[in-house]
Amino acid sequence: MINQIAVFLENRKGRIGDCCEVLKHAGVNLCSMSIADTTDFGILRMMTDDNDKALFYLKAAGFMCAAVPLVAMQVPDKPGALADILIALDKAGVNIDYLYSFAGAGENAHIGFKTNEPQKAEKVLTEAGVKII
Amino acid sequence: MKYFQPELETMSAADRRALQSERLVSTVKYVYERQKPYREKMDAIKLRPSDIKGIEDIWKLPYTQKSDLRNSYPFGMMAATRKELVRLHASSATTGKLTVSGYTKHDIDVWADCAARSLVMAGADEESIVHVCYGYGLFTGGLGMHYGAEKLGAIAVPASAGNTQRQLQLLADFGADIICCTPSYAIYLIEEMEKAGLKPGRDIKLKGGCFGAEAWTEEMRAEIERRLGIRACDIYGLSEISGPGVSGDCEYKTGMHFQDDHYFPEIVDTETLEPLPMGERGELVITTLDRTGMPLIRYRTRDIAALDDTPCPCGRTTIRMKRITGRSDDMLIIRGVNVFPSQIESILLKDPYVQPHYHINVDRVNNLDTLEIVVELSPDAMSDTMSEIEAIRSRLSAEMASGISVTAKITLVSPGTIERSEGKSKRITDRRKIK
Ligand SMILES: [Zn+2]
Repeated sequence: MINQIAVFLENRKGRIGDCCEVLKHAGVNLCSMSIADTTDFGILRMMTDDNDKALFYLKAAGFMCAAVPLVAMQVPDKPGALADILIALDKAGVNIDYLYSFAGAGENAHIGFKTNEPQKAEKVLTEAGVKII
Repeated sequence: MKYFQPELETMSAADRRALQSERLVSTVKYVYERQKPYREKMDAIKLRPSDIKGIEDIWKLPYTQKSDLRNSYPFGMMAATRKELVRLHASSATTGKLTVSGYTKHDIDVWADCAARSLVMAGADEESIVHVCYGYGLFTGGLGMHYGAEKLGAIAVPASAGNTQRQLQLLADFGADIICCTPSYAIYLIEEMEKAGLKPGRDIKLKGGCFGAEAWTEEMRAEIERRLGIRACDIYGLSEISGPGVSGDCEYKTGMHFQDDHYFPEIVDTETLEPLPMGERGELVITTLDRTGMPLIRYRTRDIAALDDTPCPCGRTTIRMKRITGRSDDMLIIRGVNVFPSQIESILLKDPYVQPHYHINVDRVNNLDTLEIVVELSPDAMSDTMSEIEAIRSRLSAEMASGISVTAKITLVSPGTIERSEGKSKRITDRRKIK
């Protein structure tokens, strides 16, 4: 499991920029970012090289945020690899709330996903021979 | 038809005063005998019913506030027995409780007379078809105008609120000449009428209307009159006193004729509560002069208005009331519904996912009032999934709809976003241009 940070953004102009500005001044590097939004609000999800520090500075700057763990895996770089993994998870009854890719070392794709059954998910992945991060 | 009750509407100043005096004296005796809250209030200041000898003594009497009605919820203010009472109406009070109003057969009758006077002022007569699209229910608008129309001998069409397409069909097919609704709904109807290709004068036979239950401007009146080709009269009332018809405009629109043979108005300073000279703006205070179900003595309406006793060309001799220009409390009237910020606050306080830091935005879009509540999420409500935050919003939205009877747009913001202010009034931005 790895940690990500979720930040609440009311849809006000420049709110994402403000958030990045805080991280810049804190000296925290962003590894990945994903945004979900409706017309009224959004949630910015991101991974950094120092999540604790990022959380501390974002909270101090008045952002509503929380650390949320994700199941993370290395997906082999071959056609259909991700599809096979998702099918296996689905068969095992593991629901995925959302997923996104993030930068990692090497050629393989790194994917993080949110589920309310992380243990079960990791068991499925191990059985399928997928490397967990 | 010029007047509905000429002998009462045009009586001489001396006769009017004598009638008011006689009625006040007997009302004070009646409330002292029958309403415990008044007996206590009068005993507390050592005022006996016999000290009130005429209308000039009215200032000696104690005030009644909305909180008196709330504290005696539901029936503590009733003067009549259950056998004598025939109807209850209610409007919202600050804490979610209702303010109840009880009527005897006589009270309904007097109220219907007053509503009929207003209808006649708007141009109605016994042959009129009166289309009532105020809501029918606990709110007094619908039933009040309905009984007024029947009392007049006109034909009442109880269309009630909503379903605009059907309203237009009824207006066109029945050919109503008088309409009763809120002024903002009138403008909305006009727009829908134009969209549907219905022409006033050709397809729509309206010639007058009683518009009330919310604040409006002379500009809105001019717009309704021009686009519908009718006489648009303001009508005022409140359920605590009776309902629509307490006062209303005549054809000259010189201020609303206050039916002061039944309801006696005073204007007082909002701070000192001292009576103000004729013509000055202050809080409107009303005493019911012949109500039997639930008489009210010097009831503080919280509406800001002024009185005018100069003669009106129409020949009616009542005192008149200038347009309401505001409230001395923080009550908002949204689409005709009374909304207190404290009601909104108590709903927010009950929800652990938000904090009671909020801002209320009221606006008028396409002539309909809109309400937005901007509220801070509580810091531990943070979730990384949209559906959980969306659920907080839709639950609040449903709670508002059932708690204040008005649909509100809920906007969630981060903790600390809303400016902390001392006064409650700073929490409200009303962008409607009424004054
Ligand atoms: Zn007049």
